[in-house]
Amino acid sequence: MIPAAFDYTAPESVADAITALGSDSEEIKVLAGGQSLIPVLRLRLAAPTLLVDIGRIEELSGITEEADTIVIGAMTTHADVAESDLVREHAGLLAKAAQTVADPQVRHRGTLGGALVHADPAGDLPAPILVLDAELVIAGADGERTVAAADFFEDMFTTAVGENEILTKIRVPKHTGWGAHYEKFTRVAQQWSIIAVAVTVQVDGGVISQAKVGLVNMGSTPTRASAVEQALVGQPATGDAAKHAASAAADGTSPPTDTNGDAAYRRHLATVLTGRAVRAAVGG
Amino acid sequence: MTVTEDRPTTEVGSSRLRKEDQRLITGRTRWTDNITLPGMLHLAMVRSPVAHAKITSIDVDAAKASPGVVAVFTGADINDEQGSLPCAWPITEDQLAPPHPSIAVETVNFAGEIVACIVARTAVAAKDAVELVDVEYDDLPVVLDMAAAAEGGDLTHPDLGTNVSATWVFDSAEAETGGNVEQAISEAEVLIERTFRQQRLIPAFMEPRSVVCDPTGEQTTVWSATQIPHILRLMLALTCEISESKLRVIAPDVGGGFGGKLQVTPEEVVTLVVSRRLARPCKYTETRSESLLAGHHGRDQIQKLTLAAKQDGTVTGLKVELLADMGAYLGLVTSGIPILGAFMYNSIYKFPSYRFVCKNVFTNKNWTDAYRGAGRPEATFAIERLMDELAAEIGVDPIDIREKNWIKHEEFPFSTVAGLEYDSGNYEAATAKAKELFGYDALRAEQRQRRDAGDQVQLGIGISTFTEMCGLAPSRVLGALSYAAGGWEHASIRMLPSGKVEVITGSSGHGQGHETAWSQIAADRLGMPFDDIEILHGDTQVSPRGLDTYGSRSLTVGGMAVVAAADKVIEKAKPIAAHLLEADADDLEFSAGRFNVKGTDSSVGLTDVSLAVFAAHNLPDGIEPSIDAEATFDPANFSFPHGTHLCAVEVDTETGETKIRDYTCVDDIGKVVNPLIVEGQVHGGLVQGIAQALFEEAVYDDAGTLVTGSFVDYLVPSAADIPHFTTGRTESPSTTNALGVKGVGEAGTIASTPAVVNAVVDAVRHLGIDDIEMPCSPHRVWTALQTASSGADTPRDKTMVDDNADPSHNAQVSDGSGAEGFTGQGGLG
Ligand SMILES: Cc1cc2nc3c(=O)[nH]c(=O)nc-3n(C[C@H](O)[C@H](O)[C@H](O)COP(=O)(O)OP(=O)(O)OC[C@H]3O[C@@H](n4cnc5c(N)ncnc54)[C@H](O)[C@@H]3O)c2cc1C
Repeated sequence: MIPAAFDYTAPESVADAITALGSDSEEIKVLAGGQSLIPVLRLRLAAPTLLVDIGRIEELSGITEEADTIVIGAMTTHADVAESDLVREHAGLLAKAAQTVADPQVRHRGTLGGALVHADPAGDLPAPILVLDAELVIAGADGERTVAAADFFEDMFTTAVGENEILTKIRVPKHTGWGAHYEKFTRVAQQWSIIAVAVTVQVDGGVISQAKVGLVNMGSTPTRASAVEQALVGQPATGDAAKHAASAAADGTSPPTDTNGDAAYRRHLATVLTGRAVRAAVGG
Repeated sequence: MTVTEDRPTTEVGSSRLRKEDQRLITGRTRWTDNITLPGMLHLAMVRSPVAHAKITSIDVDAAKASPGVVAVFTGADINDEQGSLPCAWPITEDQLAPPHPSIAVETVNFAGEIVACIVARTAVAAKDAVELVDVEYDDLPVVLDMAAAAEGGDLTHPDLGTNVSATWVFDSAEAETGGNVEQAISEAEVLIERTFRQQRLIPAFMEPRSVVCDPTGEQTTVWSATQIPHILRLMLALTCEISESKLRVIAPDVGGGFGGKLQVTPEEVVTLVVSRRLARPCKYTETRSESLLAGHHGRDQIQKLTLAAKQDGTVTGLKVELLADMGAYLGLVTSGIPILGAFMYNSIYKFPSYRFVCKNVFTNKNWTDAYRGAGRPEATFAIERLMDELAAEIGVDPIDIREKNWIKHEEFPFSTVAGLEYDSGNYEAATAKAKELFGYDALRAEQRQRRDAGDQVQLGIGISTFTEMCGLAPSRVLGALSYAAGGWEHASIRMLPSGKVEVITGSSGHGQGHETAWSQIAADRLGMPFDDIEILHGDTQVSPRGLDTYGSRSLTVGGMAVVAAADKVIEKAKPIAAHLLEADADDLEFSAGRFNVKGTDSSVGLTDVSLAVFAAHNLPDGIEPSIDAEATFDPANFSFPHGTHLCAVEVDTETGETKIRDYTCVDDIGKVVNPLIVEGQVHGGLVQGIAQALFEEAVYDDAGTLVTGSFVDYLVPSAADIPHFTTGRTESPSTTNALGVKGVGEAGTIASTPAVVNAVVDAVRHLGIDDIEMPCSPHRVWTALQTASSGADTPRDKTMVDDNADPSHNAQVSDGSGAEGFTGQGGLG
């Protein structure tokens, strides 16, 4: 478990990082918390020639509030996201999902930006980011651009972040007062999601006024269960309504088959767990 | 031997904290990989990515030219020295086995087999060069399905002409230990027929295997993370044709084994051969991936079972037709593992007839060998599942069916239908205590309620009563079974002049707590303070004789050797003490470390005698100036711990998820030396058995590639996945050893697997389910529920046909739905 040799640089600003990424080393990789990249290197599934460690760039860490938006630096760790009062209050779904990632060690090293750029189909953070309609700020040689979460996840392990770019911030619209639940299904406590369901709902006078539902590991990218979302709006915030709406959860998904279950099982789980997640999110 | 009477047992029975824990837990100790020698070179292995192929060419030029590389060896390069890895247990005279080279020479027979070895100045340089070795393979047909392989078809080893290595039979009618099972079957009022699959498991010990060889002395020293330094020395000598006296093997602190380090490994042979070739110390430490891929696996059997009974639940016969997957080669005791189970299928019961037939089969997978329990968990699983099925079939409580058939406590000693003599036990007492601790009746009531209400979460209760043969083993029995070695154990005691004591044991602990337990035994026996006793082990130069640690043998055999050696010390000290006291030896009594002249207050301490023999100034005429002693203990019989384990699970019928709600076990392991250590052994054992029931499975894909090649896919449970255990004990001392001990290393593992699976099946039996294949993953439970509710064949019928029928055995295949399936997450952290 020894990686192939690589060069290493640790710039202290985003501008310097972009410069480093533009250097003529053969294969350049950004290193964030290393919780996905280091295992890949140790197994020699990748052999970059230069690692640009963005861990010393202070402006990339931290959680702030800008009017109707929570702004989270890409280098903010899962632990900080999970424990942040701002995130808990205004984007409860994200805090709850971050809390389910791996174990405390990983949560204290792994970063939100890293998890999103890594874009593992079984990762816990892409789906909440998708359903919260976040925007992702990407810096490159030509300056900054902003990409909607719906356009960010292109395929498994593939995002809108280009080779010479870094993700700098995640802008999450406030969902203050929304109920939220992240339902993660695993066989052992420390496992990637077999599937997971991310739900956040707004309830007005016992009726669901807005609903957002995302699915993890039901396709190569996180997906939104739009049929469920539509079916929920206007329904009473009860278990029965949740269950009924959830029956459409697997529509249009293409889940994988692996040692934990086949596609049919995952589709079934999606309906059951979506019902449970909605029930929990509405406070039932 | 009057001298050994009246010895207080202040240490034995006390829950001392383990004295070895500080260094083991902090890691500041002598793990093999911590050893660094001057001029040491580092090895890395090039392994085959394919399961079965002819090696057509190996180009090592680029690797040899890589910076820091000293040499590269292929199988051809070392073939004159590597020999063939040993199998110490030819179970039949006509057993077939292929040559077992450490580095493959002409063909590779499983994915992960070594094809070349890089030697470099640093571990990094060695690793870098691995990728530069260019091997070309000509694919051969890959044999993976043991049931099909047993029937013929493609051959794992064409030279053998068959995939069957050996067929071994025990028949109670032929052995005259019971009746004819075919007759029992033909006359049966009730027949239970089942096929169970013991999935392949990976030992997953914490410390990966590691070996360091130093050829620069007169003896070549081999440090290895092994359970068996003594056996390893002999086997390395025989395999590589090195004089045994030129080898010294040291097992320094070893981080777990579970049978996985009961092996003579290719990596050990290669490191030894290469270090001698280059006349330089060499180290090889495997990665976790290599450990999962190429450390030997365990289990992997298919059990076809027929249980004959009367309508009242009395069992009349049991027939076992077993297929055991050897994998590609025979390791040290590969072929004997199913045989270790052969004597245990009848378990605690009085079956009148029994037949066991085992076919050992080669496939293109990593070889299997000992894994915690080795043969006995498989046997216990089979019979305990069958007893539940029989209870369900005739409609009685599963505990009652067991009671009807088990040996009653007044019937010991009892000769079983498998030809063993059980010395002691009390199944009634253990079961009664377990039922009470568990709250059996209340849980049954709750179960009925939930069933009646049709709850989404159903409650299941599983029972497993078990016994096992421990204390491997009476040497004569091993001889009768064609095992190459004996089963004795050795100890010696050095009485140091300062009054301290060194106890040298041939057992080779690797996490069990021997240093603490042996100190407790010696302290009581010699009447010395615990802290004055040092336990030395795991080094053939220090511990001259030994047969090492496995099969719950260390206390029952090795502990007894310590007792015998201590008694000899006292025996030898007595005439000297008499001399010093100017008394008659017959007037002395030994107690609490002192020799007293009976009826007086005149006495001398054992440590005074130690000093007196060191000085040797004033000894009786003609007496040797030493009270050191050694003893070899060969057990007259196995020991037979037993227990009753009860498990309550909750099964979510919507998702198929199983949660263990309560787990209670009452074990009877005879006398207990250290209750805390016993508790640890039980807990760890339970978790390993539960892991087989619910979580772990080594899966190969259709090409013979290990899919569960990392802990992302090979699911080892952690504390978070395991309930609190309620443990209790009853005590029926073994009558075959003076300590009254029986062994506890494997108990939890053996008993828990069937307890959990019985509970899972029990939770959904009313829905039409009578079997679920292990591990009982949510997917499998849900599939069984789907199949049952659709009124199709029961899952049992399905799994009987083909052990590869379940699509979940083939991880990461497209779902075949026509939709754009993809192949799972990368799973790389
Ligand atoms: C034992 C273990 C268990 C885990 N279990 C889970 C789990 O249950 N659920 C889960 O969701 N995750 C899990 N993870 C993964 C964890 O969430 C990782 O932290 C995360 O996937 C990657 O974040 P990182 O900061 O460590 O990124 P790194 O590993 O440093 O980088 C990951 C990838 O993203 C790129 N990258 C990182 N940051 C940026 C950036 N700002 N701009 C551009 N590119 C960037 C890197 O170049 C690399 O390709 C687990 C990890 C481990 C080790």
